[in-house]
Amino acid sequence: MRLLVKERKERETASETVEDLVVRPSVAVEVEYPAIESRDLSVAYGRKPAIREISLRIPRNQTTAIIGPSGCGKSTYLRAINRMNDTIPTARTTGQLFVDGEDVYGPDVDPVLLRRKVGLIFQKPNPFPKTVYKNIAFGVNIHFRTTPEEMDTIVESALRQANLWDEVKDRLQESALGLSGGQQQRLCIARALAIQPEALLMDEPCSALDPVATARIEDLMFELKKEMAIVIVTHNMQQAARVADYTAFMYLGRLVEFNRTRELFERPQADLTENYITGRFG
Amino acid sequence: MKPRSIAVRRMTERVYVAGFLVGIGIALLALIVLLASILITAWPRLSPAILFNYSNARDPATAGYAAAIVGTLWVVGLTLLFSLPLGIAAGVYLEEYAGKGRVSRILQAAVTNLAGVPSVVFGLLGLAVFVRFFGLGPIVLAGALTLTMLVFPYVVITTQEAIRAVPSSIRDAALALGSTKWQAIRRQILPAASPGLLTAAILAAARAMGETAPLLVIGALFLQTFIPYGPESPFIALPVLIYAYTILPVDQWGGVAAAGIVVLLGLLFSINAVAIIVRNRLQRQRW
Amino acid sequence: MGRETARARKVLASLEPKWVWERGETLVRVVLFLAAAFAVLVTLAIFLALIFDAVAFFEVVNPIDFYTGTVWSPDIREVFGVLPLLAGTLIIAGGACLIGIPLGLSAAIYLREYAPARVREVVKPVLEVLAGIPTIVYGLFALLAVAPLLRVWFGASFFNGANAIIVIGILIIPLVSSLSEDALTAVPVDLRDGALALGATKLEATTRVLLPAALSGVGSSFILAFSRAVGETMIVLIVAGQNTDLTFNIFGQMTTLAGWAAKRTTGDVAVGETVYLALFAVGFTLFVVTLLLNLASDALRARFREAYE
Repeated sequence: MRLLVKERKERETASETVEDLVVRPSVAVEVEYPAIESRDLSVAYGRKPAIREISLRIPRNQTTAIIGPSGCGKSTYLRAINRMNDTIPTARTTGQLFVDGEDVYGPDVDPVLLRRKVGLIFQKPNPFPKTVYKNIAFGVNIHFRTTPEEMDTIVESALRQANLWDEVKDRLQESALGLSGGQQQRLCIARALAIQPEALLMDEPCSALDPVATARIEDLMFELKKEMAIVIVTHNMQQAARVADYTAFMYLGRLVEFNRTRELFERPQADLTENYITGRFG
Repeated sequence: MKPRSIAVRRMTERVYVAGFLVGIGIALLALIVLLASILITAWPRLSPAILFNYSNARDPATAGYAAAIVGTLWVVGLTLLFSLPLGIAAGVYLEEYAGKGRVSRILQAAVTNLAGVPSVVFGLLGLAVFVRFFGLGPIVLAGALTLTMLVFPYVVITTQEAIRAVPSSIRDAALALGSTKWQAIRRQILPAASPGLLTAAILAAARAMGETAPLLVIGALFLQTFIPYGPESPFIALPVLIYAYTILPVDQWGGVAAAGIVVLLGLLFSINAVAIIVRNRLQRQRW
Repeated sequence: MGRETARARKVLASLEPKWVWERGETLVRVVLFLAAAFAVLVTLAIFLALIFDAVAFFEVVNPIDFYTGTVWSPDIREVFGVLPLLAGTLIIAGGACLIGIPLGLSAAIYLREYAPARVREVVKPVLEVLAGIPTIVYGLFALLAVAPLLRVWFGASFFNGANAIIVIGILIIPLVSSLSEDALTAVPVDLRDGALALGATKLEATTRVLLPAALSGVGSSFILAFSRAVGETMIVLIVAGQNTDLTFNIFGQMTTLAGWAAKRTTGDVAVGETVYLALFAVGFTLFVVTLLLNLASDALRARFREAYE
């Protein structure tokens, strides 16, 4: 099923609003059994809309990248998936968001349980000022009751999953703040993995890291997606091209195009997309 | 490994939040009960006469605060006269001129630590130094000097905060125009900080007005049947007289003491109100 | 190459903006410095005045007897064991903190994490008003409202330590609340976000991440509150009674270092008399205790600032 954007010859120059340019987003692939699906999801901060009527299906066991210029709402959309916008008093969310088939903005849903299933990695690594061990144990302790032996196993397994075990196995009882930036970010990933999420959201996770650390985390993503859906917001198109199976392009709060990464970059359907990718703006 | 029940977690949270509210509830309740009990007790004694009668320990109906009010005005007035210039000057020095060296740090630490000294210790100091050593005796001047030492650190700290709150753009603009440091301070920074400085002055006045222990210690009188006539006069201050009435039997004298509190709170309220008005005027004058 | 960089550096330094320094400026700076130095003078004066007379006292009374003696009867029996006063101070201040610190911390947590905007707008001014009320007003409140209640409920004597404990506890609530709230606010937002993103409730995030992270800041505020309670005079004077015997019965009369010192000065004291000197020994002790507490609080706060600023 292909929904085409307005014909190329009808398009004017940049003075048009995005509403004129995007009659409907160009969603070139049908995702069956999505891990996460949003339907007309909109978020506004007070009166100012941040994202508008985003309908998108995120596939399971794949990495989906969301790209777009600064301020286009990618982070807002990401945070809407695990209801982190709830912590902002002026945020208003409308529309539906389905995780595993359940509308998480429905009346009886406790965001606390949602966040166990859908983890979020922040742009700047934010380990707690505790030991490495306790950082990971924190999330587990909140949701589960475990014996000390079980906890040891979980901590080790999470650290291995995050490719961090070998580097910290002798420093479990030392402060997490003593780790390098890249290690701290992998610790945050391990922290999220320890509670066995079904999806992992990453908000520009490498922008504060050096290239080596970035590469390690990108490698990690290839491993992790075997077990969960990954959604990564990035302003770095090369990164999207490297790690993502699918890419969504957003502009001024709307979804413009969604396709397999290769298709989107090589044969963009919307002119906006093409302009962004070729660097004409953003 | 077993999952924890979300219902239990949420219930725990609700219990704790209820508990947190107790803290606020008690504070609110205390304020209400405090004001109510004082007003109710003071009611029978609240009449203009309370402001004009002299104090006595015989008849509650004729007891008043005339001498005490004047005494407080004298003491607080002199205290402000001494402490404001000194305190603001010190605050300006510490915030604008002091470097990061040892001396500056010691000075700043001295100011901060002075602010934490119990008021009764200042009273003992006043007793030893002004009343005894300098031989002033328990007069208004001694009281004012004692309170000056107590109030000084607060003026310094509030002045520093007021100067810190001035946007650096004002400072940078003055610098760029080639003004001297003192010119900039006198013409730009201090005027910009004037609402904050006014707060400092009000704070000083309020503290000086309400402090009982130091004046008690240096020998303010309990009974005075004359109006204090100047800095060299023996004196009684409002809070001290209130205290004196609390020593007498509560049933008869409680009302008089409570009426004194009403007068004291009234004075404090008026100063704060004046301050807010003046501060708004000052802030409106600016850009 | 070295000479050129040195010259370049000099040129750059001369381009940096500097204040113009006129002739009068130095005078201004000196005058202001003297004003600031006044503070140091005052601290010295306190120390000297207290030390002078305290030393004179300790020439008459052995310091060991002073600090370990359990009988304080300066006028009647000329016995100067300060432990009853110290015990009274610690009991009343400690008891007040047992009340005021949990309530103040609760208020801070509630205001920070749970209060809707309208509640905040009401509660914060109330706390500020409470903080600004002179202690003599609290003293009368204790006399009128608290003492009769305790007498009825617990059969306490009208003047007793519990009166002071309760009222001083209420007195320190605004102090603990505002300082703790500042400490909680200083913790970076992303720590809280990180905890919430892992699926913690606000309570879990606050108690297991925020509070531990803010611990030194919050602890510093607790110590400051204790120091405040230790120095409190008027409330003790008005409602705690005169009893200078060593006692742990908070429903009976007791007094503190500050309370006794203030009370005694309202009686007859002849200069040079041992009782007069005892006043200063007590004052000195009080000064040292609060100074140590304040320094500890400063040290904790410095450590907190290091971590978050």
